[in-house]
Parts: sequence; C-alpha cells; structure tokens
Amino acid sequence: MSDHFTINLDSISATQNFASEMAAKIQNPCVIAMTGDLGSGKTTFTQGFARGMGIKDNVGSPTFKLVSEYKGEHLLLNHVDCYRLENEKDFFNIGGEKYLVPDGAITIIEWSEKITNVIPRDAIIIDFKRIPEKPDVRILMIEGWTP
Amino acid sequence: MARSFTTKFRVGCNKGYKLIVLGVETSCDETAASICSNSKILSTIVSSQIIHSKFGGVVPELASREHELLLNTIVQQALEEASIDKKEIEGIAVTRGPGLAGALLAGVCFAKGLAHGLKKPIIGINHLEAHIFANFLADPNLKFPFVCLLVSGGHTQLWLVKEMNNYTLMGTSRDDAAGEAFDKGARILGLRYPGGPEIEKLGMNGNPQAVDFPRAFIKNDNLEFSFSGLKTALLYFMDSKKNKKDILLEDIAASYQQAIIDVLVIKLHQAVIEANVNSCVIAGGVAANIALRIAVESKLSTTRVLFPDLSLCTDNAAMVAFLGELYLRNGVSSAMEFDIDPNLKLA
Repeated sequence: MSDHFTINLDSISATQNFASEMAAKIQNPCVIAMTGDLGSGKTTFTQGFARGMGIKDNVGSPTFKLVSEYKGEHLLLNHVDCYRLENEKDFFNIGGEKYLVPDGAITIIEWSEKITNVIPRDAIIIDFKRIPEKPDVRILMIEGWTP
Repeated sequence: MARSFTTKFRVGCNKGYKLIVLGVETSCDETAASICSNSKILSTIVSSQIIHSKFGGVVPELASREHELLLNTIVQQALEEASIDKKEIEGIAVTRGPGLAGALLAGVCFAKGLAHGLKKPIIGINHLEAHIFANFLADPNLKFPFVCLLVSGGHTQLWLVKEMNNYTLMGTSRDDAAGEAFDKGARILGLRYPGGPEIEKLGMNGNPQAVDFPRAFIKNDNLEFSFSGLKTALLYFMDSKKNKKDILLEDIAASYQQAIIDVLVIKLHQAVIEANVNSCVIAGGVAANIALRIAVESKLSTTRVLFPDLSLCTDNAAMVAFLGELYLRNGVSSAMEFDIDPNLKLA
C-alpha cells in the first residue's frame, strides 16, 4: 500500500476523461485490477480507457460473456469481468491465465476481488467508491501507477 | 471462410434429399448438441452448466474447460435421442463466434476432429445468425423481412433481417444488456438469481408508476439502448429509501421493470416503423417476461409479433444445426482450417 493516491471525479465524463488520459500514458502491456461494488464506475472507466487506447468499438459490459477483446492503436484490450465467477478456480476454468500475462495487450479485470490470489504483483490496482449523498461523484484509489 | 453460393438461399427443406446435420454450440456457458434433418430438429440437448443459484450471487461451474469434459456425452445423448448413428451424420455445424475464446475452441476442435474422422463437411456458424434463424424453427411461416429484438443477459440488439446474409444492426446497448439490468437490479433489491423472474414476481402487484426511474435515450431518434444509468438510479434510490420507508419494495420492483420495458417497447416500435416491416420477433431470455409481452402486443397491435419458445431463444444447438443444414444444403461449407473468432460480427 506504499504508493497509492486518491482522486475524486465528479461526473461520468470526468471519469472517462481521466481514464482516457491514463490509457494514453500506458505504453506497455499490464494488468489493471479493479475492485468496487455495483454502479461504482468500473465499466464507465473502461469505456474511457478504451477510447484513450484508440478503440472505436462500443465497449459494453462483459458480465455475461466474461471477456471482451478489442484492438487499440498500439495494444489490444482484454476486458475481463469476474462478477459471475466465484473464485480463482472459476477464473482458470474460463482460460483466465492468458489474461494475467497479457501479450501485446492491457488486461482490465472488473470484480478482481474475486480472484485476489492470482492478481500479479506488478498490477495496477484501482478501487472504486461511490458516495450515497453525491450520485455523480466517484472516488478512485489507485496503487502501482502515478499520473 | 469463403461463403460463395450460386443458388438463392431457401429457408425450409428441399424434399426428397435427406441431410442429417449435427450442431455443436459452446460459445459461453452451455455445452449443447442437436441433430437436424430436413429442417426438423430430431434432438436437442443443453447442459445448463450454471445450475446452482445462490442468494444474491450467480453461478459458477461455467464455460471453457467444462465443455471439453461434457462434449462427448452431450453429443452421444443427442445422437441417441434422435436414433441416429454417428456414421449417418452428413455434416457438422459448429459455433465459431462470437463468444469466449477457450469455450469456442473446445467446440470447434471437437467438431473438426469428428468431421475429419467421419470425412464429412463442416461449417463454422455465427452464433448471432443462428439466433436469428431460430425464429424459423419457432414459426416456419415467418417471412423476410422482419425485425428481431434479441434481448437477454448478454444482448440487447435490434436487427433488421431482410433476407439470408442481409442483416442490419439497427441498435444495440452501449453498456449493460436488458437481462443484466434485471439481474443486477434484483441483486440491489436483495432478490435471487436469475433476477428477471424474481423482479417480475415481486412487482406483479406493485405500482409501476410509483418511482420515476430514468428511461435512457427514449426521446432520441436513434435505436441505441443504455441500462447502466438505470441500475445506478436504483442504487441511489435504495440509499435514500433507508431514511423514508414509505415506498413498498413491490412498487420499486414494478417501477424498475417498467423502465426497462418502456425503453424496449418504444425502440422496437420505432425500429418496426423505420424498417417498414409487418413482422417482428422478440427472442432471448427476457422475452419470457409477461409484462413485456403484453406491452409489445398492445403497442404493436398491427404488427405480427412472434415470441419463440424459450428453449429456442436461449443458447442451444438446435439453431446451429438448423442454420448449418441450410448452408450445407446450399453447398456452403468451411475449409478445415477455419478458426474461431471471439469477436465475430454479423453486420
């Protein structure tokens, strides 16, 4: 928990713009593990991140299909969702290991709290929180990456 | 995969020529096999891998490696139920995409092995195209052109189907699918999985006008959907409700469901008018919702509306075998080298 910082984002577009700028700065394959409850902004963030990678396709929720793959300008994007999974065993059962060591790709994992034990040590970790009184605000705590 | 064909496609059988096709489907959670002959389904087996539902959560025992273990048994069962020996199979159809890479690969490798061993042609099938053609199994009198609303846990799509190989995606969800909105809404309300039937049951006697949930894009001209804002609205509504206990849970469920239905019905109606068609089909798990059916029938009273049986519009192999037979009968097959495509598009 050494190098982490917190940022408050006050709208959907602020979240997407932040994610898009972050994507533009990440040039190498990596894993981004996301934690946070329903409606805390994980898919919204991923949509902005994809835009920053130069992805034109519509990025929807991968909850049902578990993994969506997109082609960015320099790297691929694996958008993984563990919502329907229970644990690491389920994750390996869907062939998850290939997304943990992404080759020429960035892997974003939603609901990574379900598979904590297999998240790589060098992964960027983002925890999402919402505040009941402020419907538009999202608080992101980011570990392993600084702007 | 080259798909060139000389004759115009005909949906329906060419009498006198018996063609027995095995269909295999493993694009996501289900391992499924089916035998189709002369556009008739002789057997269809689906192993619902997601069996146990838990409170608030979904699932597991899903996908990918389970398929490898189940395929042999499921195919064997499909053959037995159809009273067909595997040597009688004259062609194999298998879903090649879209879907989960590992899951698709299990089905395609199995199918290729079988086709190679039996020395029979194989055809790689687009899962979405198979869903559209399942409607002909539900109603052989269905005629082109028609609009198909595919609405499930994974899809919310409006297709204009002009004829075979001529499909236009009129609209799709930018974020969550409608079925996902039901499931996640149910979780927020503390209901069981799957959420659609639970919300429907709870909201049965509720007031659908009690809470004014957002209807995204409803006034737009486009046919796009968005349901993630609705889910978030429910979250914040439940947060605020902790302080005022004057609204019943059944009213909230009814209102939430109504918000989903209103958007689906208005967009479907708009699509039918834009496409200028007389028929439409509502396929996918969400089509089982009674309130949706009533709302569609009242809004589209002058359109022929078809609700295929649920077994045909959730993931199954009958639709794959049926479409595969259609292609093979028209002389279209895939080269043995064809690959899976997790992001396969239809249009």
